[in-house]
Amino acid sequence: MKIHQDHSRFKEIVRGKIKANLRKYVQKGEMIGKRGKDVISIPIPFIDIPHFKYGHKEQGGVGQGDGEVGQQLAPGAVQPGAGHQAGSAEGDHALEVDVSLDELAQILGEELQLPNIERRGKEKIIAQKVKYTGINTTGPESLRHFKRTYKQALRRQIALGAYDPKVPVIIPTREDRRYRSYKLQNLPETNAVILYMMDVSGSMGDEQKEIVRIESFWLDTWLRHQYKGLECRYIIHDAVAREVDRETFFHTRESGGTMISSAYKLCKEIIKADYPSSSWNIYPFHFSDGDNWSADDTRFCIEMLRNDVLPAVNQFAYGQVESPYGSGQFIKDLREAIGESENVALSEIADKDAIYQSIKDFLGRGK
Amino acid sequence: MSPKSLSPRLQDLKNEIEGYAKRLGLDFFQTVFEVLSYDELNMVAAYGGFPNRYPHWRWGMEYEQLSKGYEYGLSKIYELVINNEPCYAYLLESNAEVDQKLVMAHVYGHCDFFKNNFCFAHTNRRMVDEMANHATRVRRWIDRIGLEKVEEFVDRGLSVENLIDYHAPYIRRNPDPKRTEEESKSNERVEGFKVDREYMRGFVNPREFIEAQRRKVEQQKIKSKKFPERPQRDILLFLLDHAPLEPWEFDVLSIIREEAYYLAPQGQTKIMNEGWASYWHSTIMTTHALKDYEIIDYADHHSGTMGTRPGSLNPYKLGIELFRDIEDRWNKGRFGKEWDECDDLRARRAWDKKLGQGREKIFEVRKHYNDVTFIDTFLTPEFAIDQKLFVYGYNEKRNVWEIVDREFRKVKNKLLHQLTNFGQPIIEVADGNYDNRGELLLTHKHDGQDLKADYARETLKNLQSLWRRPANLITRYEGKGVMLRYDGQNHSEKKVDL
Repeated sequence: MKIHQDHSRFKEIVRGKIKANLRKYVQKGEMIGKRGKDVISIPIPFIDIPHFKYGHKEQGGVGQGDGEVGQQLAPGAVQPGAGHQAGSAEGDHALEVDVSLDELAQILGEELQLPNIERRGKEKIIAQKVKYTGINTTGPESLRHFKRTYKQALRRQIALGAYDPKVPVIIPTREDRRYRSYKLQNLPETNAVILYMMDVSGSMGDEQKEIVRIESFWLDTWLRHQYKGLECRYIIHDAVAREVDRETFFHTRESGGTMISSAYKLCKEIIKADYPSSSWNIYPFHFSDGDNWSADDTRFCIEMLRNDVLPAVNQFAYGQVESPYGSGQFIKDLREAIGESENVALSEIADKDAIYQSIKDFLGRGK
Repeated sequence: MSPKSLSPRLQDLKNEIEGYAKRLGLDFFQTVFEVLSYDELNMVAAYGGFPNRYPHWRWGMEYEQLSKGYEYGLSKIYELVINNEPCYAYLLESNAEVDQKLVMAHVYGHCDFFKNNFCFAHTNRRMVDEMANHATRVRRWIDRIGLEKVEEFVDRGLSVENLIDYHAPYIRRNPDPKRTEEESKSNERVEGFKVDREYMRGFVNPREFIEAQRRKVEQQKIKSKKFPERPQRDILLFLLDHAPLEPWEFDVLSIIREEAYYLAPQGQTKIMNEGWASYWHSTIMTTHALKDYEIIDYADHHSGTMGTRPGSLNPYKLGIELFRDIEDRWNKGRFGKEWDECDDLRARRAWDKKLGQGREKIFEVRKHYNDVTFIDTFLTPEFAIDQKLFVYGYNEKRNVWEIVDREFRKVKNKLLHQLTNFGQPIIEVADGNYDNRGELLLTHKHDGQDLKADYARETLKNLQSLWRRPANLITRYEGKGVMLRYDGQNHSEKKVDL
């Protein structure tokens, strides 16, 4: 249909708008509207054509129905542009467009110029998949192909002259039976896991956690785009670490001190137990305000990273969220000790504006 | 698109309904029905009812919204009909028979209205072909100039498409004869230098000198002449006449203007047109076409169309009720001096002169009125109370919409105000050489409502790029005069005294 041309042009424009405003969306993460399973709706400003027109709230109008003077109209009862032009009225509100997460990731990749991730062990990681490809003369009855069997029987009966169009009874024999047959296919499959770690000690405030939440949304989106079947695990820590679900991860607030080593230790254990590095792409992300308990603990952290974590993972990422209470020492120590390693990404996130750059720091190497 | 001709069954139904319509006195062009699947219907609806429009993303946006609305089961398009000769109308393939009948009956109402209402007298009755030609023309420009450029220009053009003179087709705006007279009277008397002695005149001011002076004065006069001489409403025409447009831009803009003028009467008669069509589908269906077993479905769909919500006015409902009210009044003779002067409520309620002129009257009304005059003439206090009409407004303090008033005068005024000029601000071009710098100056005739500021600025930007010189707009915000300006790079505004 002709309209498809206009429709795809419209979609292209929407994409362009999202791209142009990406920085804003990245900052606000949450403003991205309702999220369906694989689709989110994004409000975009000014997609309609501007006219000289009255401000809507100035205008008011004439309505019909019961009610006293001064009675409030039900919310949503007043449609922008309502009145005699109902139907052709353009809305006052921003247009909401649905974008699939995959497409959003593509846009993110294009705009931030993110390289595609080089998977590890692509060759090694293999899954077998059953695919029905052909027809066989033997097989279980549950896979019998009725149509083909019937055809075969019909063909045989006609050839034998046993077919009577007036009494079209077809009786398949054993030889007529046909079955679906399958083949096992080897599919290279890549598995990936993100291990989120976050410092929930007293010095991490709501604002800091908000930053982590927004950032993790974009990291999820991108990695999900790169790997089908991405798993996420969540670890929170103050002086001790524990594994939690997503909800708890973002909403817990503890008080007390910080021992980063506790988180790394748990991380190490999880990797060892569930994610053998030969078959998994592993991405630990750690967020903290950079305030560790002691220099000793920091040393212990670095040792663990060097010996156990870094050899096993694709990339270890540390994001330091600025907070008024943190000293911000930890990133300096890390930079000094392992900053040179090629699978370490370090990023300082001063505020929401910095999320954009930080995503680039984390994902920009294609690891 | 593959329009299917009517199935024999639908053809029979069409003949049946057409017969009723004719017998009841409707007068219409030949009407062609086509059956479409829902996405084809969505496409046609996105194109504003036409099978073919120039390429533009806006149709795509419309299509997306319609498709979504349909897929989620939120909305369904019942009827689409084009003002054309022959009239084209579309039926949704999957509709039940009773719906098809209802739509057909409704469509004949529209066709009769298109043919007979005065607003449509000047419209192009070959618009289907014309729109297709427009599409071809724009496509050709796209091939030559490039999609992006043409699209950007169309965006700009559409942004000012409402700046036309809605009354232009019906009147002639002559230049004011009095003023031209005055101008010729005050014809220049060039004096030259002062001469003390009469016999020296020829030497001090030789004839050639006087001539040269006269020419200079004349030229100055032409220069200082404002253009346009008087404020002009048809800003699109003004741009076509005076803006430095490329040939392709001129062509595209004139297409936009032509389509805007073609579509204008439909906006000017929305209430009447839908009311009239609803009146007739209701009459035809309930008195002739309905089978017993279809009653429930019909009632369901009819009431769906007539449904009202507090915050909006349903043109179908208002229109049909007003037509019925008129019919009733003229049947019973509830009009004229005697009726107006009767204060006795009981007498008024029992008033029935058995005139039986109702039908005749509404046929007359559908010919000679548009929405503004229709409401102005026939909306009575009784009707407003019966229909529970009210004015609503925004309460800034409570941050909600609320009912403001039920007083008849206010309701009527608000309604009329909404309908005048489509409820759009009246904007004129006052000067095409503002400040003697070739700038464009528009004025907004402020009537108590401010413009939507961000839209106004964006529109001004578009005007600037059409005019290629700074564009200015004088309006009011919160009671104070303001001149908005866009000079090609920056927006600015300054106070002006009005």
